[in-house]
Amino acid sequence: MVASRAIGSLRRFTASRTLRCPGYTCRNFSASSALLTRTHINYGVKGDVAVVRINSPNSKVNTLSRELQSEFIEVMNEIWANDQIRSAVLISSKPGCFIAGADINMLASCKSAEEVMQLSQEGQRMLEKLEKSTKPIVAAISGSCLGGGLEVGVPAAFDMMLTGRNIRADRAKKMGLVDQLVEPLGPGLKPSEERTIEYLEEVAVTFAKELSDKKISLKRDKGLVETFFFFFLTELTSYAMSIPFVRQQIYKKVEEKVRKQTKGLYPAPLKIIDAVKTGIEQGNDAGYVSESQKFGELAMTKESKALMGLYHGQVLCKKNKFGTPQKDVKHLAILGAGLMGAGIAQVSVDKGIKTILKDATLAGLDRGQQQVFKGLNDKVKKKALTSFERDSIFSNLTGQLDYQGFEKADMVIEAVFEDLNVKHRVLKEVEAVVPDHCVFASNTSALPIRQIASVSKRPEKVVGMHYFSPVDKMQLLEIITTEKTSKDTTASVVAVGLKQGKVIVVVKDGPGFYTTRCLAPMMSEVLRILQEGVDPKKLDSLTTSFGFPVGAATLVDEVGVDVAKHVAEDLGKAFGERFEGGSVELLKQMVSRGFLGRKSGKGFYIYQEGVKNKSLNSDMDGILASLKVPPKSDVCSDEDLQYRLVTRFVNEAIMCLQEGILATPAEGDIGAVFGLGFPPCLGGPFRYVDLYGAQKIVDRLRKYEAAYGKPFTPCQLLIDHANSPNKKFYQ
Amino acid sequence: MTSILTYTLKNLPSTSKWALRFSLRPLSCSSQLRAAPAAQTKSKKTLAKPNIRNIVVVEGVRIPFLQSGTSYKELMPHDLARAALLGLLHRTNVPKDVVDYIIFGTVIQEVKTSNVAREAALGAGFSDKTPAHTVTMACISANQAMTTGVGLIASGQCDVVVAGGVELMSDVPIRHSRKMRKMLLDLNKAKTLGQRLSLISKFRLNFLSPELPAVAEFSTSETMGHSADRLAAAFAVSRLDQDEYALRSHSLAKKAQDEGLLSDVVPFKVPGKDTVTKDNGIRPSSLEQMAKLKPAFIKPYGTVTAANSSFLTDGASAMLIMAEEKALAMGYMPKAYLRDFVYVSQDPKDQLLLGPTYATPKVLERAGLTMTDIDAFEFHEAFSGQILANFKAMDSDWFAQNYMGRKTKVGSPPLEKFNNWGGSLSLGHPFGATGCRLVMAAANRLRKEGGQYGLVAACAAGGQGHAMIVEAYPK
Repeated sequence: MVASRAIGSLRRFTASRTLRCPGYTCRNFSASSALLTRTHINYGVKGDVAVVRINSPNSKVNTLSRELQSEFIEVMNEIWANDQIRSAVLISSKPGCFIAGADINMLASCKSAEEVMQLSQEGQRMLEKLEKSTKPIVAAISGSCLGGGLEVGVPAAFDMMLTGRNIRADRAKKMGLVDQLVEPLGPGLKPSEERTIEYLEEVAVTFAKELSDKKISLKRDKGLVETFFFFFLTELTSYAMSIPFVRQQIYKKVEEKVRKQTKGLYPAPLKIIDAVKTGIEQGNDAGYVSESQKFGELAMTKESKALMGLYHGQVLCKKNKFGTPQKDVKHLAILGAGLMGAGIAQVSVDKGIKTILKDATLAGLDRGQQQVFKGLNDKVKKKALTSFERDSIFSNLTGQLDYQGFEKADMVIEAVFEDLNVKHRVLKEVEAVVPDHCVFASNTSALPIRQIASVSKRPEKVVGMHYFSPVDKMQLLEIITTEKTSKDTTASVVAVGLKQGKVIVVVKDGPGFYTTRCLAPMMSEVLRILQEGVDPKKLDSLTTSFGFPVGAATLVDEVGVDVAKHVAEDLGKAFGERFEGGSVELLKQMVSRGFLGRKSGKGFYIYQEGVKNKSLNSDMDGILASLKVPPKSDVCSDEDLQYRLVTRFVNEAIMCLQEGILATPAEGDIGAVFGLGFPPCLGGPFRYVDLYGAQKIVDRLRKYEAAYGKPFTPCQLLIDHANSPNKKFYQ
Repeated sequence: MTSILTYTLKNLPSTSKWALRFSLRPLSCSSQLRAAPAAQTKSKKTLAKPNIRNIVVVEGVRIPFLQSGTSYKELMPHDLARAALLGLLHRTNVPKDVVDYIIFGTVIQEVKTSNVAREAALGAGFSDKTPAHTVTMACISANQAMTTGVGLIASGQCDVVVAGGVELMSDVPIRHSRKMRKMLLDLNKAKTLGQRLSLISKFRLNFLSPELPAVAEFSTSETMGHSADRLAAAFAVSRLDQDEYALRSHSLAKKAQDEGLLSDVVPFKVPGKDTVTKDNGIRPSSLEQMAKLKPAFIKPYGTVTAANSSFLTDGASAMLIMAEEKALAMGYMPKAYLRDFVYVSQDPKDQLLLGPTYATPKVLERAGLTMTDIDAFEFHEAFSGQILANFKAMDSDWFAQNYMGRKTKVGSPPLEKFNNWGGSLSLGHPFGATGCRLVMAAANRLRKEGGQYGLVAACAAGGQGHAMIVEAYPK
């Protein structure tokens, strides 16, 4: 989410750069030993052009580590000192990656802001040298070039090329980021990746020669684009920036916009604006100093640690720890062409999986197929796909009303109505037609998988796949295994999930699994707060200002009031007192009035096609008034309201780890952030406890327990952590 | 076929003189080779197959291929096709009512004459009882017309077929935008003045922006020249190699034209203009002049230029194909047998123009021949870079094993037997008509130079390809 918005940009307005990213060289480490045996950087000379090749050993990507940077400086110094060399080309030997950015581990290992500041300054110096290079330098970039990597690529003296793996490369060219594009080549006398890099190098060398011979010059009137790691995106036009009055206005606007977008929860963008301001008003050097200072401060913030933690968690959840499944899933069948079913179909067909979408009615099927088509066609409109690619992807989908072709299915995912009887019926029907190796996965948000599997002839092949709506946008997939689910079945569903581009957490079966179970107590508290007379708009603004991407009342509308009611009833039965709070009666009345949330046009809010600002549903006033409970004044401040929601969430998450539903805290954090929108700046419930202290949270819980009882009783694991402050979920 | 180049060779300062042509360095070795005793290796078997009719080419002609926008620019496609048909009738004196069927290939279709074969046949005075149809398969449309005819004869449906092809790039259908067309069609249906007015009120100025025929490959949105440039880069074919090859093509074509070897050309009296007697795109230049051109597609560092690409061409061709016994019964002396042929297709993105590489080993295998059996190669030259990339691919074991599923390479054709009378780069390339020119060039070369087997191959848009074996008819 936040971590994926790694590239941001600011149009440049003067002839110099004002901001840089981290970089580091460690003098004492390198000087003597690395000369002969460089591990990251090598260079050769072609004519009078030095070709500098970046290739970090034992890694798929090149990152700006200390070693890489110190070697880089050495090599560049040699090149600048050598009279035979008139220009240089920077290129990566790794197909598909130039420099992926700063080494996160390097940043994480820094103990203080000063240390990071030093890192940053060293990097700045390196980049400044590159920029002031008297010899032209061409950066030949193939594949990902993020953060600091982009900075190496684009200082003013550079000519830079990208091979267009996707549309972003030509966008980069339009932005003025790159000067030339080199299209990837097809197969020739050697594999295309290899030849493409060679060709890129050949073209880059030609350009470097022509630059040093002054045969070509760079026209870069559009200005350079600056980039920041982890930050935001905004564009300022160079023209407007030249007028001081306008400049002030723009600072204000940008600050406002950023504040609005980030709710002041992410310190980085504002600090960047500060540094840019300093750079423009007080000159480059001041800008550099300000930048490295601010970077140092930033790296030490809790937010930065939380985000780095999320990044590591995400990497972890993008791996299949269950090994390679025996059989690759080539034919997938999906039952139910509703929102979920069609969403799952969409993310499958565009990965080349032959997919059957089956529904019970032609009308339902039509709607589902149209949803898939629209999803793909929207990408065509955004130029992410060609219409031909859309058609070719769409032809992987077969819509049908019967079980024809299921004899070839390697996996069936059912996304039918959330009713145990219906699930049982389709499971039996499916088992009658599919081959023995076929996996049966159930997409459910709350029904226990072992109950669904109870009628199966082959319970080892039954598993839960909990997708989040909208499937094509939400990255999380929660996989639920029962004690009977075989390891190969799990490996197979994880493999399919990864292919669909999901971040995956694998949890044990139980009521509400992990995600729904964490959400339910918080939702119960939402109802109570509403019954206490807080209006939905206020509640929304309280939750979003805490860092949730969607307000709590809106979330109920988005999920669907009927679904929320189902879940509240089911989990209420399963967990008893601990899940008490607001009255389910509120949801029941809403359902009976037809206020099902966004899908029915009315919930807490009124939803109208084409109307952006939703207004409150005034018909709710009566229902809320009839169920009103008196608020308890000592736990009703805005802050208390926020913490009543968050602490219940966190407490339940830790309980899931305590009970073994969750295997690791990392999965818990990923599930909460990617599936439920837990504030990313807090890093997830477990990281949050680590960073802010278990004791503080226990104290909060105790305070609310005194007012409301059992629902706020802290779980044993949380109490253990509070009692021994050295105990951390992340060591 | 979509290689719509905006410059043509005529932009080149034509400093070339006769002497210059022979001083050209590398590739003009063919003249000496042809001076060598015509290889009369008639010991080879014939490719006749039991229980299959032998199919022969009695004669084939073409009107001169002209750069588009020149003498043919006022005409319509069926005019060119008709001229080719009349030329064929004149050359062979075949009675019109003997012809059982007429097939023409074309690529950019004139909407008024979408079955151009029928319009041309009627205009040329063929019997109105002779059916005709039009086929399209990009640059191998005429090849498809011929092989369709071969199929009709082999299966016993017909004895005499006329196959040909036509292209007129001087005029292409430019349409109204979809919005404008919709409005016009709706207007047609509107019954009352009110309905009409309400439709017209929806008119917007952008409705008038026209829609041009696609220049890019539909599936990949890449123009053919761009793909050719990438292909050349993938096979590391240099700009100099490409320019040298293009120069060879022009030099050889000029020589063939001057020596009167292009006997398939029939004169065409253009209404209102002078009679056209020869191809006008042959312009040998110098390497120095060619080196000055900027890349036409991948700018500024690409290698494909106007000078080493085939240019937009107007032209038409026609060919008389018969069952052998029918031809003999009618007293004809056929020129060649049409033997085994194949169509292939591959990745339209990265291997768009590699058709000949895929088709050649397949057709040789089918005929039981090897590269050394072939005496005359006639390959369609879309771009110099494409021909040279195909040579490299055909000569690579790695490519054969990794992309073609073959154990070994087929080998690249010896240059001294390759397109000795020029090719599409110099003679021109009217998309729909080139196939017949290739076959007639192979047949005429076998008769002139001696030798038994010719191999025709071509690439086409959509990532398709074709190859056919032409066997000389024993004299």
